[in-house]
Amino acid sequence: MDWLSKNLPYLMAGISVGGQYALIAIGYTMVYGILRLINFAHGDIFMVAGLVMVYASTVMPVYLAIPLVLVVTVVIGFLVERVAYKPLRTAPRMSVMISAIGVSYLLQNMALYVTGGLAQQYPALPWISDTITVFGVTTKRVTVITPPLVILLVAALVMLIQKTKIGMAMRAASKDFETSQLMGIKINSVISMTFIIGSFLAAVGSLLFFSNYTGVTPTVGAMPGLKAFVAAVFGGIGSIPGAVIGAFIIGISENIIKGLGWTTFSDAFTFALLIVVLIFKPTGLFGEAANDKV
Amino acid sequence: MSNLLEVRDLTVSYGGIQAVRGISFDVPEGQVVTLIGANGAGKSSTLRSIVGLVKPSGGSIQFQRNELKGSMTENIVKKGITLVPEGRRVFVNLTVQENLRLGAYMRSDDLTEDLNWVYDLFPRLKERSWQAAGTLSGGEQQMLAIARALMSRPKLIMMDEPSLGLAPIIVQGVFDIIREINRQGVTILLVEQNANMALKAADLGYVMETGRITMQGKGSELAENEEIKAAYLGKARK
Repeated sequence: MDWLSKNLPYLMAGISVGGQYALIAIGYTMVYGILRLINFAHGDIFMVAGLVMVYASTVMPVYLAIPLVLVVTVVIGFLVERVAYKPLRTAPRMSVMISAIGVSYLLQNMALYVTGGLAQQYPALPWISDTITVFGVTTKRVTVITPPLVILLVAALVMLIQKTKIGMAMRAASKDFETSQLMGIKINSVISMTFIIGSFLAAVGSLLFFSNYTGVTPTVGAMPGLKAFVAAVFGGIGSIPGAVIGAFIIGISENIIKGLGWTTFSDAFTFALLIVVLIFKPTGLFGEAANDKV
Repeated sequence: MSNLLEVRDLTVSYGGIQAVRGISFDVPEGQVVTLIGANGAGKSSTLRSIVGLVKPSGGSIQFQRNELKGSMTENIVKKGITLVPEGRRVFVNLTVQENLRLGAYMRSDDLTEDLNWVYDLFPRLKERSWQAAGTLSGGEQQMLAIARALMSRPKLIMMDEPSLGLAPIIVQGVFDIIREINRQGVTILLVEQNANMALKAADLGYVMETGRITMQGKGSELAENEEIKAAYLGKARK
């Protein structure tokens, strides 16, 4: 009981951060599922969403800035795919991956140019950033609303993929592009849809994440992006439930380690986990056996 | 009788290799037409270029007097052509019924009638409608691939080696279905290595060798042709 009350703040923070990682990880895993591409620019899309909020909140009220952030992030995600990945559709996979790294650096350097390299103060979102006390733990409300919001969004996403026509097309396209085209599926629309969903969730993730960690720098997307990527690999890349569960496990573990007083090693844990997973179970928790697309 | 599909001087190249070297053939409406030939003769490339999966390097492909060359696959399929691909290629992670619904992906009308139609043709699929397609046997998967193609209500259905890798008794079933579909008014372009079965089922046959059409005629006549018998039907040359 004593241990629990001492660690409750870390556990809560862990669940919350895990949920935020989950929202980013879904973007990695969905894009991988359909294109077999690690979208290295995804963490930077997340960062851009943060910056858009910083600048938007200076000129408009927050209730307008939030939808604007969602829309702008989705548009950027869509454009990145159209400009940097679509022309390489028939190119070797390595070329697309290099293009993704290029987009990542482009976004970071554009952010560097815009911000001048200074950390930008993220605005306090009313209600979400308020300080509250639950079970004797003082925290921000975002900590408490993140887990249910993530579960709600993931449930909606799973419904979309399992029950709708576009979801069916996405599942088909993730297995076989050519045959999907023979069904009359517009492959490019399906891919765009994937990027739109991934960017939307990354934008929601950024709203929650930066409400807790207030500074936005050009490279701020790297760490959450990497951890979300590890979560996606841990869960079995290509699997949405896997990415979500992986993200929660990583978020909670990291914070419990912090609670034990080993803060220095909390990041190391995540990457050690990546190495262990890649050695002993490369397909992750829920991943399918690796079979290359024909 | 009008031609549903007219192919003229079609060439297909992969890099420097010409797989199809200027072939011309017709598919008259309401008939079963077959392209037979050995491995690498260019049969599959021909079908794949008609449906836009590979870009032809020359020639023309006219469907109901509309040029198809250069169109996107999704637009070609929308005009009423469909391909049952080689190796079946059912979506193994989807259920049988989802596979069928994907076949009608471009349509937004009610599918109940069409589902009943294909379930009548393939009662086996109805029994297994909730199973993942990957759990079906090879023959059942072939039936599903054909049923899926029918769901788009095509005018022309092209089949790439539907008998490949199936037991003789199942092959017989596949050809029975081909006749039945044709009887119901769908035009069929069939690519086969099983020349004997294909020519028996076909109104019109073309023989392809290394990218060219070397012989053509009525299916029944080609089946009796000595040269074809020697080359494809396993009869020793005298």
